[in-house]
Amino acid sequence: MTDARTAILSRLRIAGGTAPQPALDTAVLERRQWPAAERVARLRKGMEAVHTEFLEATPGTWPDMVRAFCECERLPNLLFGPSSEAGSALAAAWAPGDTQLMPYDRPVETFKDELFSGVAAGFTGTVGGVAETGGLLLTPGPAEPRLLSLVPPIHIALLRASTIQDSFWSAVKNLGWGRSLPPNALLISGPSKTADIEQTLAYGVHGPKRLIVVLVDDLT
Amino acid sequence: MNEVYFYATCLVDLFYPDAGMAGIQLLRQAGVQVIFPEGQTCCGQPAFNCGYWEEARDVARTQVALFPRDLPVILPSGSCAGMMKIHYPELFHGEPDETQVRAFSARVYELTQFLVDVLDVKLEDLGEPVKVTWHSSCHAVRDLGLKGEPQALIGQLSNVELAPLAREHECCGFGGTFSVRQPEISGAMSCDKAADAESTGASLLLSTDGGCLLNVNGTLEAKRSPLRVQHVAEFLWERTRAR
Amino acid sequence: MHVENEVIFRDAAAKALLDPQLRANFRRAMDGLISKRLAQFPDPRDLQDLRDLSTAIRSRSLLNLPELLEQFEAKATENGIQVHWAETCEEANELILGILRSKGARTLVKGKSMVSEEMHLNDFLERHGIEALESDLGEYIIQLDGETPSHIIMPAIHKNKDQIARQFSQKIKDAKYTEDVDELTAMARKVLRQKFLEADAGLSGVNFAVAETGTLCLVENEGNGRMSTHVPPLHIAVMGLEKVVARLEEVAPLYAILTRSATGQAVSTYFNLITAPRGAGEMDGPQEVHLVILDNGRSRIYADPQLRATLRCIRCGACMNHCPVYTRVGGHAYEAVYPGPIGKILTPQMEGVGVRHDLIHGSSLCGACAEVCPVEIPIPEILVRLRREATHEDAGSNVAGKGTGRTAIEDWTWRIWALVLKRPALYRVAIWFATRFGKALPAGAPLIRNWTRSRTKPVPAHRSLQERMRAEGGRHD
Repeated sequence: MTDARTAILSRLRIAGGTAPQPALDTAVLERRQWPAAERVARLRKGMEAVHTEFLEATPGTWPDMVRAFCECERLPNLLFGPSSEAGSALAAAWAPGDTQLMPYDRPVETFKDELFSGVAAGFTGTVGGVAETGGLLLTPGPAEPRLLSLVPPIHIALLRASTIQDSFWSAVKNLGWGRSLPPNALLISGPSKTADIEQTLAYGVHGPKRLIVVLVDDLT
Repeated sequence: MNEVYFYATCLVDLFYPDAGMAGIQLLRQAGVQVIFPEGQTCCGQPAFNCGYWEEARDVARTQVALFPRDLPVILPSGSCAGMMKIHYPELFHGEPDETQVRAFSARVYELTQFLVDVLDVKLEDLGEPVKVTWHSSCHAVRDLGLKGEPQALIGQLSNVELAPLAREHECCGFGGTFSVRQPEISGAMSCDKAADAESTGASLLLSTDGGCLLNVNGTLEAKRSPLRVQHVAEFLWERTRAR
Repeated sequence: MHVENEVIFRDAAAKALLDPQLRANFRRAMDGLISKRLAQFPDPRDLQDLRDLSTAIRSRSLLNLPELLEQFEAKATENGIQVHWAETCEEANELILGILRSKGARTLVKGKSMVSEEMHLNDFLERHGIEALESDLGEYIIQLDGETPSHIIMPAIHKNKDQIARQFSQKIKDAKYTEDVDELTAMARKVLRQKFLEADAGLSGVNFAVAETGTLCLVENEGNGRMSTHVPPLHIAVMGLEKVVARLEEVAPLYAILTRSATGQAVSTYFNLITAPRGAGEMDGPQEVHLVILDNGRSRIYADPQLRATLRCIRCGACMNHCPVYTRVGGHAYEAVYPGPIGKILTPQMEGVGVRHDLIHGSSLCGACAEVCPVEIPIPEILVRLRREATHEDAGSNVAGKGTGRTAIEDWTWRIWALVLKRPALYRVAIWFATRFGKALPAGAPLIRNWTRSRTKPVPAHRSLQERMRAEGGRHD
């Protein structure tokens, strides 16, 4: 449809003005800053308000925490990205038990049915968090497929406290997302929810019913 | 500030002359001489809002000409003051007399705005205890930018209890020609406003604007409510005038 | 005045006003949204600063729109997204049908998209043998009943849970009757997850398109948007041409003010940034991503310096939540894709100011909409401008249907009005008659009849203020 394109763009160009570019005063965004410890607390408060659950861990203990959670919840399996940093660390520390580690290492077409009905939980890392509103930043890709954090009914995410940014705005700047973005990037603040029936909140409508954040205290 | 102009507005002229008189008296009581030019008709807002700008401009031009001296122009209406202060510059944009009109617009004040922000009047309540409620006119607040001046004046009256509406800032449904073009919606809004006012337990609903008062009053009367409406100027004057 | 043109909205609204259930549903929902929004903006200065910034970002994006669209297209294409352009809804529909057919797709699962509503895409695809299933819970609910959205953010807001419970028990296979919201949600989840799994293609709207990265941004809570865009092998996105923003940094404040203004949320559950289809080494994601950029009258709106502000809209719906008219009549009364205040300025500009004269006069100009608009669109000013356009054929204006709402009776009304009011002597005579005989005017006279439907007749004073001032000998100089 080159014709439509040319016609539309030329109309817009003719109409375009010479008005001065309005200045962008970002002071209101710059005011949103907190010390590291407060960032953790804010993130937690924001996410807990929308039913996110937290597990507190240390850099050494988090794989055990994940496993303990899975066993306690009697999850038959846990889907993960074997080549991701978090995934490989998890696999290395995983002791055989009731929960089977399941690598997401083949094209989704080969196990779509199983993904939708046979997976109890998905495990991912994160590239950061957002203190202002609460939220996790994820960049799915070859190492951690996109559906890992979406289709299984429970999403377990690893978050290192040191990676929590002040706001989504500062995250975009600090992570350089404006220069280049992976095929998919996400901000996730809680389990899937809806208020479409009479404004009543209900969780777990299409995506995960539970979001578990394994919060690693690496600030000290 | 020794002298000011007073602009009646057509609704006050025809329906609420007592409010107009009261406004003039309040200004006089504050030590201001009031000039009331002959030849006043209408600010032109109805035609302007309906898209008939030439007609609105023709009328507006005759009105601006009545106020040649560099004196404040005081209106007992937030809506008409908003028209003259905010919308005249738009209406006259690109017209040969735009500069004169802009200079005029800069001198326009709503009555309570002038009493509070410029004159800083202090009122003494001489009336009996009464409970009133307040309807804020949309144009007074959102167009003109009143910041609670009328309520501040009412607040100075020691025997007056101000019971707020549950939805003080919701439109009463008047909207000029809207009230006759969309009578069902306008009527529903007016009925809700009247019910809100009744549930405050006040005996009087006050406002800065004749349009809102006419609308709410007609609705209250139709449902045979004992609640009455009054222009804020009239109310203030009645309670503070030395008898 | 304009009775013949004003029947659509007036009649539909009058009907809606007689439905106490509908009025209660809307009032309750809007009250909730208003207070939730307010709670998100505790500091008025922060709110105003954020509005000013958002307005500046949107204005700037529009100022540079053709360049940004080209930059976006180049970047998105480089990322592997296939970009298409459509002048009209018909063209956009044909484009989408063509893409679906080229992949042999028979089923399409949809995330929420108002542009696809604008295109009436579902009907079009059904006519061509393709199943288009809405997956946003609200959209799913109304699709079951063959309805259209009554709100741009909460499409099923006109229904209460009893109505939805009855509907689910009748229309979903093996569903039992329940009024429990969690159970109702679980039923929809079961049906829709199967659809996501099986669908040949997914469709979504776009909240923001980022020129510097070629990214499509989607805001949602349910996850159906992610499902629709990431599970099927083919993802088609549709957007109005105004959606593009220069930099991702600029999207952050727009996103912040969008969710707060819309539903009173500091943040949505998901903010999904789609930059490319499935890449090398990726295990999932769509093999192909297509984007259809729709004009449908937008470039004409764009050409007018004042009306261009209409295109700043980020579709938060705050104007409808705060509108005293919308709150009482609901979204369907507008008989338009976009209801509420934004719909009142958008629909007539798209469909013609003459034919939708009803909408531009369906406002008391109270200004509640402009007061809360996150990008400060002066909706009342634009309504007045469109009223002007509907009744005049000004040279230089390119508004659709300009002058076609003009009637002789309204013309004469305002001519006579001006004739009297610019001549104080005539005005004085008119007022003299009104004060002496106004009382005698029958309550059933035209126009007065409309006033007295719910009010007593206005009665002029015995003597006008001017008459009294003359009698008093007031200073006139």
